[in-house]
Amino acid sequence: MKREITLEINGREETITVEDADTLLEVLRDRFKLWSVREGCGVGACGTCTVLLDGRPVSSCFLLAVRAAGRNITTLEGLSDGQSLHSIQEAFVSQRALQCAYCTPGFVLSVKALLDEIPNPSDEEIREYLSGNLCRCAGYADILRAARLAQERRASEETALLRK
Amino acid sequence: MANLAVVGQSVYRKDANPKVTGRALHVGNIEMPGMLHVAVLRSPYPHARITRIEKSRAEGLDGVAAVLTGAEIAKMPGVDPYYGPAFRDQPILAVDKVRYVGDPVVAVAAVDKRTAEDALQLIEIDYEPLPAVLDVLDAVKRESPLVHDEHRPAKAFADLAHVKAGQQSNICYHFKLRTGDVDKAFAEADRVFEDTFSSPPAQHMPMEPHVTLVYLDEQERLNVWTASQSPSYVRTELSNTFSIPMHHIRVRVPYIGGGYGAKLYAKLEPLVTALALITKKPVRYALTREEEFLTITKHKVITKVKTAIKNGSITARKCEVFWDTGAYAEIGPRIGHKSGYTAAGPYRIPNVWIDSYCVYTNHVPAGAFRGFGVPQVIWAYDSQMDIIARAIGEDPVVFRLKPALEEGEPFATGTLVRSFGIKEAIRQAARAIEWSKPRPVQTGTKLRGKGIAAGVKAVLTPSISGAIVIMNADGTANVLSSTVEMGQGSETTMGQIVAEELGIAFDQVHIVQPDTDVTPYDTITAGSRSTYHMGNAVRMAAVKIKAELFEVVAAKLEAHPDDLVAGGGRIFVRGMAERGMTISEIFLAKFGSLGTTLAAEAVCQPTAGHMDPETGQSEKCTEYWFPSATAAEVEVDTETGQLKVLQLFSVGDTGTAINPRHCEQQLLGAAIMHLGLTLFEEMIFDQGQLVNGSLLDYQVASIKDMPESFRPVVVEVPHETGPFGAKGAGETGALTVAPAIANAIQDATGVRIRGLPITPEKVLRALAEKKGEALPKD
Repeated sequence: MKREITLEINGREETITVEDADTLLEVLRDRFKLWSVREGCGVGACGTCTVLLDGRPVSSCFLLAVRAAGRNITTLEGLSDGQSLHSIQEAFVSQRALQCAYCTPGFVLSVKALLDEIPNPSDEEIREYLSGNLCRCAGYADILRAARLAQERRASEETALLRK
Repeated sequence: MANLAVVGQSVYRKDANPKVTGRALHVGNIEMPGMLHVAVLRSPYPHARITRIEKSRAEGLDGVAAVLTGAEIAKMPGVDPYYGPAFRDQPILAVDKVRYVGDPVVAVAAVDKRTAEDALQLIEIDYEPLPAVLDVLDAVKRESPLVHDEHRPAKAFADLAHVKAGQQSNICYHFKLRTGDVDKAFAEADRVFEDTFSSPPAQHMPMEPHVTLVYLDEQERLNVWTASQSPSYVRTELSNTFSIPMHHIRVRVPYIGGGYGAKLYAKLEPLVTALALITKKPVRYALTREEEFLTITKHKVITKVKTAIKNGSITARKCEVFWDTGAYAEIGPRIGHKSGYTAAGPYRIPNVWIDSYCVYTNHVPAGAFRGFGVPQVIWAYDSQMDIIARAIGEDPVVFRLKPALEEGEPFATGTLVRSFGIKEAIRQAARAIEWSKPRPVQTGTKLRGKGIAAGVKAVLTPSISGAIVIMNADGTANVLSSTVEMGQGSETTMGQIVAEELGIAFDQVHIVQPDTDVTPYDTITAGSRSTYHMGNAVRMAAVKIKAELFEVVAAKLEAHPDDLVAGGGRIFVRGMAERGMTISEIFLAKFGSLGTTLAAEAVCQPTAGHMDPETGQSEKCTEYWFPSATAAEVEVDTETGQLKVLQLFSVGDTGTAINPRHCEQQLLGAAIMHLGLTLFEEMIFDQGQLVNGSLLDYQVASIKDMPESFRPVVVEVPHETGPFGAKGAGETGALTVAPAIANAIQDATGVRIRGLPITPEKVLRALAEKKGEALPKD
């Protein structure tokens, strides 16, 4: 069955007609050409298709688009202003936390959600939080360092803001 | 190495920005007007004859453009319905028989994926089941049913020129190595050790599943966008399969989301080409993860190793290696050969006998997997090295170091080894894990142990890499290379080499992605061969350009070309930086016009010596070697069999590191991947049917599996003909992980695991057996 739904995608309100069976992944890729959202397993087990739904990480391959109606969706395309990199992206580059990088959009968004939820995570918490994202190039040591660096930068930015 | 500006520096990845923003082009992002999508109906039987296909209802479904069968492909004029890199044995779609559960039988191209899938429901197929071959050791028996009635060599690669046609056997390739007199040595031995080791089929699991897009352009040329590690081979295969001249086929490969061997040779390309030719529309086929499981696997291997010990030394080793290559040989024969000849290890052993059999069964085809079969043979021989050392009361590190080959000594093939840092790798591994530190006496249920493993891989030889470097008048350069950037950092490596040679900045070099219209032939992006082969090719091409520039400068400045150097975007007289010209001044002096270019091509084509088919002896079996060692510390919970890897050190001799951080990354990435393969990865089959073919049921290593203490150690033994001394690093960290873990478990508990993966259940059963207890079967 077709339904009309409204979503907020990367800050823009969009009203579209979807089939009940359409996944959020299909809608983001096929309708909005948000190519950073990629299918890896189709069963919500690898984290490659991670997007933020009201700030929380979800597997978009495993979520029907109609279930996202009225919600706020952030993909990697919406993370930065398009001109410069987000500090998490900078941390991934400087720590070389990407190789084939097919999984990178999912990891970057998961780190964003992690730091929003736990501003000062332990290594254990980082590992736990990121364990739903798979990287077969297995750059996990680099990814862990990138998450740590992103957290440190964010903390120092906040300290600087507080001082002002 | 002295005075290098870019080589040896850990510069940032060339592809970092497009990748970290998610903007990198992948085949899945390319859309064409009127593009069709594919779904495939697959065999439910491991072995059966197709007796009837009824597809008219599917053809009548709205939105369906084509419903194609193998019989129809066989009737297409000029089309060979079979393809494959070693044997032309794999049908584009099953022609008369199916040979594994998952074998493609009927393909539908439709306006969207859902319509194509719906159409599959309307197809009826009748099968007559045939006896299936489901065990590699049964498959080699004379009375076994045959998977293939004939073996037709493909003749695509020089190193496979010796595979033979037409045996009445499931053994499609048999490698033999014979040196010395093993029977005599076994008869005279103090002790003989015999062990059988197994390694299961597993998944490559690139996060991007296979995807291919094919369309005919306005000149009716075949255009192929594909996630492939071998664009040149794909063009050759399509040309041979469809009788299309090479210049009418254009294969392009953008960034690919991982390969690890899965995306080598031809996979989806022949089928998608057939559909594009029939429908005259752009056709894209993206595998689902479940289909990925049914497309290509890591070889299941059974290895029997028998070793003779006399006076504490190894005097003979006999290895029998059985490669379950599945229903289609794929690249199995190359693996059986290249890994087969290393099966006795990097050791001085006077008498060696190796039989390596590549065997057809009715399983999912097996192909190259990071390490190219070598991890499976090292799993066997290094595990046994440890068993022997502990049995004869020798220190396992010393037991390996004593017979480890020195520079210039003959390998089992008779080839003298060069740039062979195996001893250094073993020593570094021992140092990293503090091997000689006394072990505390342990009590309780959590036991710790340390393990070391060592082994070596040889690079595929002969093989070919061609490259073109185009220098632009503004001092920048474009590099045309068919090496695929699949995450390993090849764009960065090639950029560093070319920048170094031309004396320009790293960011002034652009690497053109593989496009068979413009990038020259390259054998494959695999086997840790690109840094050496393509690195040499791009370097030699850059040297040619530099020579032309030097000539201009020499004439202009009245200097001798030998006295000139390139650096900082200029060419100048050595020691007199002010006496020189910028690149743009040189171009203007040479051409008199703006925007001109200079191009040069070079080919790196190492040759191999003849290898005797009866003895496996060869003056030169390989261009270079990858010595590897791993050190591990584990904690075994003797109540649950649970294993915790406390420390893991991955040591690899990479030759001179062009980009040290990237070499380290390769070592660690390969090690974690193989840690997963060691501890839990296994494709489980029941009567030929895969029972865990989804990521819900098949686990790979996550960030939680990374050991707390986890470090790479790069050993740099320069290679005399490598670019700046480099060899390669993509697989080295993969080679020795599994035996290091098993050896550490024996160190901790005294039990030996001989079958991968090392699950808690296997550990628990072994512990119970040691205590003389029996655990229930299931």
